[in-house]
Amino acid sequence: MGSITLKQVRKSFGDVEVIPGVDLEIHDGEFVVFVGPSGCGKSTLLRLIAGLEDVTSGQIVIDGQDVTQAAPAKRKLAMVFQSYALYPHMSVRKNIAFPLKMAGMPADEQERRVQHAAGILNLTDYLDRRPGQLSGGQRQRVAIGRAIVREPSAFLFDEPLSNLDAALRVNMRVEISELHKKLATTMVYVTHDQVEAMTMADKIVVLRAGRVEQVGSPLELYRKPANRFVAGFIGSPNMNFIEGEAAARMGAHAIGVRPEHFVMSTTEGAFAGTVGVAEHLGSDTFLHIELDGGTPIVARAAGEFPVDHGDRIWLTPQEGRVYRFDKNGLAL
Amino acid sequence: MATRHQKTLARLMVAPSVLLLLGWMIVPLAMTLWFSFQSYNLLSPGMEQFIGWTNYKYFLSDPAFWTAMQNTLLLVGGVLVITVGGGILLALLLDQPMFGQGVVRIMVIAPFFIMPTVSALVWKNMFMNPVNGLFAWLAKAVGAQPIDFLAQYPLMSIILIVAWQWLPFATLILLTALQSLDSEQMEAAEMDGAGTWAKFTHLILPHLSRAITVVILIETIFLLSVFAEILVTTNGGPGYQSTNLTYLVYSQALLQFDVGGASAGGIIAVILANIVAIFLMRMIGKTLE
Amino acid sequence: MARKISDTRRWGFTILAWGVAFLIFFPILWTILTSFKSEADAIASPPKFLFFDWTTQNYAEVQSRSPYFRHFMNSVIISVGSTLLGLLIAIPAAWSMAFQPAKRTKDLLMWMLSTKMMPAAGVLIPMYLLFRSWGLLDTRFGITVVLMLINLPIITWMLYTYFREIPSEILEAARMDGASLKNEILHVLTPMAVPGIASTLLLNVILAWNEAFWTLNLTTSKAAPLTTFIASYSSPEGLFYAKLSAASTMAIAPILILGWFSQKQLVRGLTFGAVK
Repeated sequence: MGSITLKQVRKSFGDVEVIPGVDLEIHDGEFVVFVGPSGCGKSTLLRLIAGLEDVTSGQIVIDGQDVTQAAPAKRKLAMVFQSYALYPHMSVRKNIAFPLKMAGMPADEQERRVQHAAGILNLTDYLDRRPGQLSGGQRQRVAIGRAIVREPSAFLFDEPLSNLDAALRVNMRVEISELHKKLATTMVYVTHDQVEAMTMADKIVVLRAGRVEQVGSPLELYRKPANRFVAGFIGSPNMNFIEGEAAARMGAHAIGVRPEHFVMSTTEGAFAGTVGVAEHLGSDTFLHIELDGGTPIVARAAGEFPVDHGDRIWLTPQEGRVYRFDKNGLAL
Repeated sequence: MATRHQKTLARLMVAPSVLLLLGWMIVPLAMTLWFSFQSYNLLSPGMEQFIGWTNYKYFLSDPAFWTAMQNTLLLVGGVLVITVGGGILLALLLDQPMFGQGVVRIMVIAPFFIMPTVSALVWKNMFMNPVNGLFAWLAKAVGAQPIDFLAQYPLMSIILIVAWQWLPFATLILLTALQSLDSEQMEAAEMDGAGTWAKFTHLILPHLSRAITVVILIETIFLLSVFAEILVTTNGGPGYQSTNLTYLVYSQALLQFDVGGASAGGIIAVILANIVAIFLMRMIGKTLE
Repeated sequence: MARKISDTRRWGFTILAWGVAFLIFFPILWTILTSFKSEADAIASPPKFLFFDWTTQNYAEVQSRSPYFRHFMNSVIISVGSTLLGLLIAIPAAWSMAFQPAKRTKDLLMWMLSTKMMPAAGVLIPMYLLFRSWGLLDTRFGITVVLMLINLPIITWMLYTYFREIPSEILEAARMDGASLKNEILHVLTPMAVPGIASTLLLNVILAWNEAFWTLNLTTSKAAPLTTFIASYSSPEGLFYAKLSAASTMAIAPILILGWFSQKQLVRGLTFGAVK
């Protein structure tokens, strides 16, 4: 079991309101990702759920129980920190067993669970090492191991991959996703990286300035962004926005087209422009284009597309892939 | 960044040390203040009475007080100049490539661990003694008249002894700071054509400024209350030539039993120290940010 | 530094540095040497550096004249006792200041340090009178408490800077793992803080061992530590260089050795972490 409900949760530090009031429903077994730019309150929201911060007002319910005032340990949650927060003076075995020891579990049961977790996470050979002797990825796995032995009702991850290098990040992303499939336990995951959000989540919560901008599955957010912020945040490279006359013709303040939704031609199309930088990756071609009106555009062509700096190019948005936004940035 | 419960607990945990220090500061200070307005001599108990500012007038008009003031400042200033200046030079030397750096460090740091009474006695008898001291022998060896350091130059001799004790401290801290200097920065300066002197004034000194502040702060705290060195070597003499404020208050109270007068002196010392402290705290407050 | 240093340069610096270091160390070396001389050799002119009749007679005589061992034990009890007592009070304070800082924490620390600046002379008389009326003059307990109080600001500061280096995420992790405050301190905080606590302890033992204002003024014989014991040699009847040296050597040896072992931690501790 692991359902989490936030009811009008507010948090302020002194006079500064960080979370102005969030309602959120997380179902048992879901992988929920909080995503948003830095300072959007996503980590604070996670820490409120964990009980590491007091809520200013509102209610947090876990598995039907009001835990708003409960101590962190009483919430049956486990957390993986950005810095891993391993105990440097304990071996890997002791690190993983620590929550069990705190719960007063008998030693043989502790050992059994540690072995089990170590097996899942490929840590069996490292149990007697200290965290200082491990690589970043291994430390990450120890932190996860420490979380899973408790068999919590939900896992909380606070930007767990941001200290890893790019290649390892991709691996760990997959490992965490697999772990979720294997354990089928609720996971709440905080990141500023929309790629992590898109690849891992069942449900994404996009936050900005402490407010929930949109909640939905990755493809829902991709297909139907509720506003210009979500549209710009989800998807890589970012969505292009065109304002002015071209937008007005479609009855909007601004229109948005994703880089991958342009049809490109060297002879004709809806918008004309000049190629600035062309990035030929082989599998894809990314073109940084300046439209004749001066608007910068990034467009992606699948495969090879032989143009270079200074070439003229024409772009046409694909049918049904143009997003329209009003003055306040809301989708029309 | 925490819960209310923890905050309350945190305040409770700070309380004992704050209360103790508060008590340690306020109770004796209030008593000193009270005594300073009394005529109170340990030799004539039961004769205490309120006499207003008399003690202060007496103390401030006493030429010994002004001498002690001057000596206190000379002592603090002199030792600071010697230790900071010498410390920078020594630190620069120890930072150079050499053999046996560890042993050199151990020898240089040693005086810091010597208790003040020991170093004062050793210097007084075995070095500065005009008959049997090593300095006397050195003087005689080159055909000069031995100097009776503690009688002829008492304050300077004490400055020398105290500086010897504090030089290692300054050296060690400045050396540590020096070693954290970015070598790429030095190389960049060399590429830009900076000479040795330019590197010293534009790179090394600014880099050391924080460490120098720390040295000055900590040494001042201890130097304002130099006592044992004076007690053991000169007893403040000859006359008042090597008496600092701390020693003056001590002798007024425990040698002349004049509690009232000594208390007035103590209060004056506290006020002076506060002026210095405010200045220093500003300095370190900035440095420690 | 990957730069090549010429051998002549290196030898030049070596000779210069050894020379200067020897000069600085010489008074201590001379004291130790003199402690093994006969009184006649000790004041011989020209001085005898190494070629004299080595004797340990002085050490025996120092012990018989005044019980060195008792003063040594007083020094140990007073310096270690005051430091432990100080740690007991300062650890919780530093812990909460480092991990639950309030707006005024910085000011509070500054204020604590400023109490160090209060000249001892300002409070000598009341302390002396209070001690006299409470019967604490020349007692180990009395002087231990006073030394604890004068070093408390430094202990708190040092611990604070060490504790601040422990990432607070680790303590939060412990809390998430179900550790009570007691377990958090016992199993997580204390082991991680041990190096910092140890160097705080060392430095304060050294400071208390060498403290020579309050020990000289508040103790005379029974509770007198080595500082007071040595000061008794300043009177003319104590003017025997060899014996003075023997007594001095015994007074400084323990702390000199302790200090050499801990010089690295010492620098960090004394600068309140301001110089790395």
